This record gives sequence, structure tokens and C-alpha cells, in this order.
Amino acid sequence: MSKKAHVIAAALVFALLPAAAKAAKDTLVLGMALEPPGLDPTTGAAAAIGEVTQYNVYEGLTKIEEDGKVTPLLAQSWTVSPDQKTYTFKLQPGVKFQNGEPFTSADVKFTFERDAAADSTNKEKASVFAKIARIDTPDPLTVVLTLKEVNANLLFNLGEDTGAILEPKSAATDATHPVGTGPFAFADWVKGSSITLTKWPGYRAADKIKLDKVTFRFINDPAAQVAAVLAGDVDGFPRFGALDSLKQLQSDPRFTVAIGSTEGKTIVAINNKRKPFDDVRVRRALAYAIDRKAVIAGASNGLGVPIGSHYTPNDPGYIDLTGLYPYDPAKAKALLREAGVKTPLDVTLKLPPPPYARQGGQIVAAELAQVGINAKIENIEWAQWLDGVYKHKNYDLTIVSHVEPRDLAIYADPDFYYQYDSPKFRALMEAVNTAPDEAARLKALAAAQRQLAEDAVNVFLYVLPQVSVAKAELHGLWHNSPIFANDLSAVYWQ
Amino acid sequence: MSAFLLKRFASFLATLACASLVIFLVLEVLPGNAAEVILGPEAPPETVAALAKKLGVDRPPLARYLGWVEGMAEGDFGTSYAYGTPAAALIDQSLALTIPLALIAMALNTALGLALGIFAAARHNRFGDVAVMALSQIGIAIPSFWFAILLILLFAVGLGWLPAGGFPGWSAGLWPGLRALILPAVSLAIVQSAILARVTRSAVLDVLREDFVRTARAKGLSEGQALRRHVLRNALIPIVTIMGLQFSNLLVLTIVVENVFYLPGLGRLILNSIANRDVVVVRDVVMLLAAMVVAVNFVVDLLYAAIDPRLKLRDL
Amino acid sequence: MTTATTFPARAAGHWSFLVGGALTLALLIAAGVSLLWTPVSPYVIDVPNKLQLPSAQHWLGTDALGHDVFSMLLVGAQNSILVGVIAVSIGFSIGTALGALAAARGGWLEEAVMRLSDFAFAFPAILTAIMLTALLGPGIVNSILAIGIFNIPIFARVTRGSAKAVWARDFVLAARAVGRDRFGITVTHVLPNVLSILIVQATIQFASAILWEAALSYLGLGTQPPQPSWGRMLNDAQAQLFQAPWLAIPPGLAIMLAVLGLNLLGDGLRDLLDPRLARRR
Repeated sequence: MSKKAHVIAAALVFALLPAAAKAAKDTLVLGMALEPPGLDPTTGAAAAIGEVTQYNVYEGLTKIEEDGKVTPLLAQSWTVSPDQKTYTFKLQPGVKFQNGEPFTSADVKFTFERDAAADSTNKEKASVFAKIARIDTPDPLTVVLTLKEVNANLLFNLGEDTGAILEPKSAATDATHPVGTGPFAFADWVKGSSITLTKWPGYRAADKIKLDKVTFRFINDPAAQVAAVLAGDVDGFPRFGALDSLKQLQSDPRFTVAIGSTEGKTIVAINNKRKPFDDVRVRRALAYAIDRKAVIAGASNGLGVPIGSHYTPNDPGYIDLTGLYPYDPAKAKALLREAGVKTPLDVTLKLPPPPYARQGGQIVAAELAQVGINAKIENIEWAQWLDGVYKHKNYDLTIVSHVEPRDLAIYADPDFYYQYDSPKFRALMEAVNTAPDEAARLKALAAAQRQLAEDAVNVFLYVLPQVSVAKAELHGLWHNSPIFANDLSAVYWQ
Repeated sequence: MSAFLLKRFASFLATLACASLVIFLVLEVLPGNAAEVILGPEAPPETVAALAKKLGVDRPPLARYLGWVEGMAEGDFGTSYAYGTPAAALIDQSLALTIPLALIAMALNTALGLALGIFAAARHNRFGDVAVMALSQIGIAIPSFWFAILLILLFAVGLGWLPAGGFPGWSAGLWPGLRALILPAVSLAIVQSAILARVTRSAVLDVLREDFVRTARAKGLSEGQALRRHVLRNALIPIVTIMGLQFSNLLVLTIVVENVFYLPGLGRLILNSIANRDVVVVRDVVMLLAAMVVAVNFVVDLLYAAIDPRLKLRDL
Repeated sequence: MTTATTFPARAAGHWSFLVGGALTLALLIAAGVSLLWTPVSPYVIDVPNKLQLPSAQHWLGTDALGHDVFSMLLVGAQNSILVGVIAVSIGFSIGTALGALAAARGGWLEEAVMRLSDFAFAFPAILTAIMLTALLGPGIVNSILAIGIFNIPIFARVTRGSAKAVWARDFVLAARAVGRDRFGITVTHVLPNVLSILIVQATIQFASAILWEAALSYLGLGTQPPQPSWGRMLNDAQAQLFQAPWLAIPPGLAIMLAVLGLNLLGDGLRDLLDPRLARRR
């Protein structure tokens, strides 16, 4: 049949069905900005993967709650050795995977070894899984992890999407057909449009799950998000992008708007190895030249907490370093002169698609122009950003938001795209990892944050806010995102 | 006659072939290795090489071109780099929106354009004619995407009768789907109908001056009867020609209008595919659009020549 | 109907020419003035004063980042004219040359030119712009090239059509008989006689170029920030449609008036320059 005939036939069939099903009280349509490229969070880097699958299809040993606290999930309980290098987990009994296989300690061993393998593309391989020296499974419900070195964040890490527990028979196809132990099973993926999950009756606590079917719709353009919410095409939008349109929605009794926080550190990333940015005075000049408040007002509609280093106020041991480089264009100009920079200085500012980059970028460029730096804006797509900026470090300046929680360790890697190489900072991160107690660890964390700020590695702007819009009768959506996840087990219609 | 047909058909095929070559050449140089983009920057080189081999990106250009053309002839449009699913499925999905939209717009255009054109011709040099001419001048000058935004302002933001964008999918029902296509179709149709109205008016006026119409009037037929029986049939030639060209134009304009309303049609598919470096899909869609334009032009040429044998020998 | 015979006298009575001319003049003045002065620099960002209604300071209000809309409109005129002039020039120069060549030579050369122009028609400006963007990334060059390339076959066809008519005229046949070469005839007889038609076509194509430049910028394929462009202003306005709907009016109106003016001017010129071609008004 020709394509046109297909369409006409389909149209006729649906015309005979009763009118579009009104949102039954157990189905949900959620809007999402980006479509995940695959559905295996242990091999793919995109945050969107976890948004769809974490705690819904997959589960990890631990769970991170909305307030950032770590609670038991597949691990019922655990003990930590005094030297913090041995973790003994007692696993939840009676758990099955969605393909019928039972969940045992062997699956944990399989998953973590796969995550640490030489060809693994797990985002947290270096920081978490490669640090596991040995995995013992004395019985089907016990797992013992022995670490090579202390990882104070291990329990938190295991609750992230990179720590999802997979099952050997289905692991190879998880990217297209995810199989986990969670309350929802994968149903359908219409590429470019939506992913649908349905309630899995075999879940151990299935009677507590109130939703029968959840569809994630991908809507990239902020204006389209507004249109979709107003038209009722989506019931909720947990990470709403059209921050300028909030007033309209806040005053509409049909919707509730909640403003919370994420772990997203929005920064102007600087290529530290590129002249003249290899001179700390020039980087500090950038920090003085940029007014965080203006960027927050223009790119984020005033929502967003300013930060002075690569850490958010929600994280343990946060210190406020925003006062280190207050907005002072005169000082910026003086620093540039001192460093011998000839103005006007021509640089490129590469901006990926999100509004915080595209709009924030225009503000940053205008402010840099005031101190004699001509930042030429290049609007690029994510594919080009990953290739050109992230991989090949081919950039001067770029604006991006890093949403991985507590990821100071990236600054210890001289190969990371900032190309910041500081033995002093690496020593401070060592101190954090080997700290004998919590107090010492917090002190070391403070020192690490301060080092990054003093070295002005990047211009740290603000914490990416989370704005969640939903129909008034919908409850349970997260308003804060310590990790990018949508815990659907807690969502229900009133 | 058949020599002419063969010649035109050969020319049509040649145009398609050249178009495919140009498209392939231009997009072949696309910077950025598609395999790298899919796997992400952390992937080790061996994995990237393996995927590149699997996708066929590592074969020499000529082999890839021939493979592509061969595949298209069989209906296999290759596999999308970004999604890993057959590109044909993605294209089918978006055509399910773009084609109905173009057809509805064309229907509205035809109805409005013909009606206004005939009305103006019948009221030649009187107020009705002048009004239609003035309105059509404005209609031609209005950017259809601006008109679309104005329609959204009035019907979605202001009155709330129609959605400001988005498409619920045909699975949500026939009416909800159509409802989402009303404003896009109208914004497309308005500009086109302005053009069609002017062409219709000229064509009708031209025919009205012909002798045989005077004869019909002398025989005692009323203006209306003369119009209907003789004028329309003969005026149809240039009108049908323009309508053919308008349809191919519409297909291209829907790319813009689909963007205004965030409709998941061919326009969004191709713009997203560029963002994803999905060379396969971009190639296929550009080729599809170019082929549709060429095909429509070809059909129009044939129609024109078939109807008016005098013109077959002259080129236009 | 007027009985005046001189061009200026006829022009004065021809409303299409007058209105079109006035609008086009306004467009050129706007762009010209903006080269020297604008009320506020359109590059200045003033976030605290964003989304304001028209006022004494900002005659048409401000947009989402505090840019002065009126100033952006003026400088946007520069952008439209720049793209229009260059793109149409590309089409005009190459297309006219090809068309004149085809008419002068005839035979297989003419066939080749016609087939080439058929082929070029398969690539509407948008498709070419999309391919260029996939290749080069977005930018003003894409708009210029895409629109320019699409204009070539249009001028080629118009030139060829009119040139052939001139070639058939008596004085040209006489020149041939005397032994003048084709190139000489083209330059001294053909081109001057088709010039008026080409001017009309160029005016119409200029209008179309402005329209397509706006569409390409609206899609994000053309002129990039911070350079103001009417099409991109419309896109930005759409993002604010629910809280600042008035922002959508100025850029769209500007595009429409510019295109309308040029179309009317073209129509008027067509009637005035060559009364034999005048359509019934």
C-alpha cells in the first residue's frame, strides 16, 4: 500500500474509535526535553537515559531520594568496614527481573565487572567501578565489595543510573529493550517521538504502584513545551525549559509550578591550555567581567543560585565562594592589561542548544565586549559540541551545565576538556579521598573548592534550577533533582 | 509525440540522477564521523571503528553512492545513524503528517483561490475586482510563517480555540489530529491562494475576451452560463499548471510552517537529523523532496504539452 | 487611464509604482539611517528592562534580553538588503549571461542551459540552505548562496525568452546579414532591449529574496546572533508569545511591507518601462 493509503486507512480506523481517551487516572504523559540515544545507562552517557529508566525500569543497590539522602533499594542493608574499604550488602530477597530471571548477588557481580571492564563505556568507570578491587558473593543474597581506595561517595554512586543492576541474558540488548527489576516494563519506543512504559505486575511491591502506563514525550523547543502544556498534550513536565513563560502558568489554576534545584553547575568553560587563557590573570578577568546576576536574570528568568566553584549548596561541605570575583569590569580590564593582552581580543564562544547557553551566551558575549573581548557566538548542536568541544577540545569558551552530582574529580584529570592541570588540586582531591573522618573530609572539600575558584579554572555561574510544571491533580513528581531521574512509583493522580 | 515523451522522461531521470549526485557529494563531505557521534567521546577507537564498519561508513564513496541509489530503488532507505532503525520507517512516520497537511492546504488553496479569482474576473474593473487584487498583493507579500504566528496569537493565545502547536498523533483520534492541522494548513493556503486568485483571474479574463464567448453571449446565454460552460474549461490550462507548481512549492513551505507549530513532519525530521549528524536521513529526505519537486514539474510539463500541442515544440 | 506620454508623467499617475516606490524608499532609508545612527545600539543587552512595552526610550519596546526592538528593526533592514542585493546579483549576472548565451547560440548549448535550469529548479532555496548548513554550519553565507543559486535559472529563463524575441526582430536580422558577430549583437542590440524586463524581474526577485532570507533566519539557518535579522526576531518573539505577544508584530510587518513595496514597484516598472507588456489593471 502506498504511504498515502496507509495514512488514510489509519485515519479511518481511528475515526471509528471513540474519541481520544481522556487522561484516565492511571495513565500519564510526561514531557522531556531530550530524547535518550539508548536505554542502557551503564554504557551511555546521556542524562536522559536515567530520566526514563532509573527507578522505573532499572534499580540499583541503593536509592537516592529527592532530598539527596541514600536509602536501601536492592540492598536491604549494608555494613562498612572501619577502613571504609569493604562494603557488605545484604540483598533484598524475592526480587525478579522483568524477563523472569531471579535477582541474586551473581547479577551484581556481573554488572559491576561489566562496568569496570576494559571496553566499558560507563560514565563512572574511572571514579567508581575501576576502584573496586574484588567482588565476593558468599551467598545469593550477599555481596562484598572490596575497594582499592576509599570512595566516600560509593553509596550515593550506587544509587545513580550508572549503578543500575542488569541481568546477563538481557544485558546486550538493554540499550533498545531494557530489562530491570523495577516497577515498570519497557513497552514501546517511537523514535523521535515518545517512549512508553507499562506497569509490571511481577514487581515485588506492585500493589503500591498507582500508574498503569507512562509515556515520555520528547519536546525540545521551549516554546513548544509551553504549547504542549497548555494544550494538555502532556500531563506534566518535570524539567520545564521555558522559564520565561512561568508567570502565565503560575497564574493558571489548572497547573502547579514548582521551583527546585538540581546538581547542574552552569559554567562558562574555559580552554585552559589555549592562549591567552593559560594565564590565570586572564581567566580571573573573565570572572570579573561577567555579572552572574545578569545572566541568571536573562537566561534563567531570575531562577538559579549563584555559585563560585564547581559545587552546589546542596552538596556536603559547600562553601560560598561567589564573593571572590564580584562583577567589576574595571578590574577585568586592568587584569587584561597586566597580563599583556592586546584588546580587542577575538575569541569564539560555542553554544549548545539549551536556552541557558544560547541566551546566557548572548549576555556573556555582551559583557565581555565591555572589557574588550570580542566573543564570536557559534550556535552548535550537541553532536558538534561533543565532537568539537568535549572530545577534541577545539574551543576557546563554551557554556554548559554539568549535572553529575559531586563531580569535583573531573578537575583532577588533565585530559578533561578544560585541560586544567594542577598537581596542587590533585593533592587536595587525594586528601578528600583519604580523609580519616567526616570533619577532615569536609575541610578537604572546602580546600578543593577554593583552589578551583582561586585558579579561576572556569567562570562558575549558577545552579541550574528545576522548574516542574504539572496538572494540578498530579502529585508525586520530584521538584528537586539530586540526580536526573523521575521516580514514577511515587506519582499518582488525585 | 512518443519521441517527445521519451525525451522528457529521459530528461526527468537525468535530473533525478544529477540531483542525487549533488546531494551525495555535498553531504558526503559532512565533517564529523557519524560512528563517533553515536558512541560518544569516551568510546575507545576500536569500538568506533567496529561501528563505522557496521554502518558502512568506511567504504569508499563510490561504493556508498551506488549502494544508496540501489537501495532507494528497492525501497530500502538505509538505517538511521541516530536511531538505529530503518530510515524508511522514520520517513513514513513524518510523511503521515506532512502529506495530509499539504493536501489540506492544497484543498483550501484551490477552493479559496479559484473562488476569488473567478469572482474578481466577473467583477472586472469594479470594486470587487480591485478589492481582490489589493488583498492578493498583500497575501503574496505576507510571510506564511508570520501569518501562522498571527493565527496562533488570535486563535490559540487569544481565544484558546485551537492548539498553539504540537501534534497529538493520529492515534489520539482523527479529530484531534485534524484540529492540530487547521492553523498550519490555513497559513500555508492563504499565500498560495493569493497567487492562484491572480492567475485564475487573468486566465478567466483572457478567455472571456475570446470570440467564442462573445458568440455564446450572442446566442443568449447569461453571463453565468457562459462562464460555467465555456470559460472555465479553457481557463483551466494555466490554472492547473500553476496548481501543480504550487503543490511542489507547498511541500517545501511546509518545512517552515511545521517548525512554527512544532509538528513532527518531514521538516522537523530533516532539521533534527542535521543536528544529529544523521547523514542517512538528511540525504534521503533531501532526495525525497527534490524528487517530489522534479516529479511535479515533470507532470505539469507533460500536462501542459498534452493539452496544448502547439506548446510541445517550444520550450517554456 | 492616463494620456501622459513621458515617463515621469506616467509614473506620477501610476499608483502601483508610487506606493511601491515609497515603501522601497522607506526600506532603503531605514537601512541607510541605521548605518549612521540608531536610537539605541541593537547590540546592547539590558536584561532588567526586558520585555517592555513601547515607551519614550524604546519606541517599539524591548525583547527578552532587553534589546531595543526599533533599533533592531532598522539594522535588520541592512541585513535583508545585503542578502537580497548579493543573492540577486549572483542570480542576475550568472543567469543573464547563461540566458543570453543560450539565445545567441541556440542548438545544443541552449538545450544544455535549459536542462541545467530545470535541474536547478529541483533545489528550492530551503533545500540548498539545509545542505549548506549541514556542511558549513549556520550563517549569513548560507542564505546568500542558497537564494543566489536558486535565482540563476530564473534569470536564465527570462533572459533567454526575451532575447529570442529580439533575435527574431528585423534590425537584428539585418545586422546578421551585414556580418556582425553574435557577441557584438548581443551586447549592442539584445541586452539593451531586454534590460527593462530584467530590471522588473530583479525587483521581484529582490522581494522574494527578502522573504526567503527571513524564512531561513527564522529557522536558524541564516544570519546568526548578535547580528539582527527580521526572521530571527520573529523566532525569538514566538518564544515569548504568551507573555509578550506584541513582539511578533514589528518584524513580520517589516518583512511584509518590504516585500509588498518591491512587488508593487516591480509591477509598476513593468507597466511603465514596456507598455506593450502592460497587463490589464
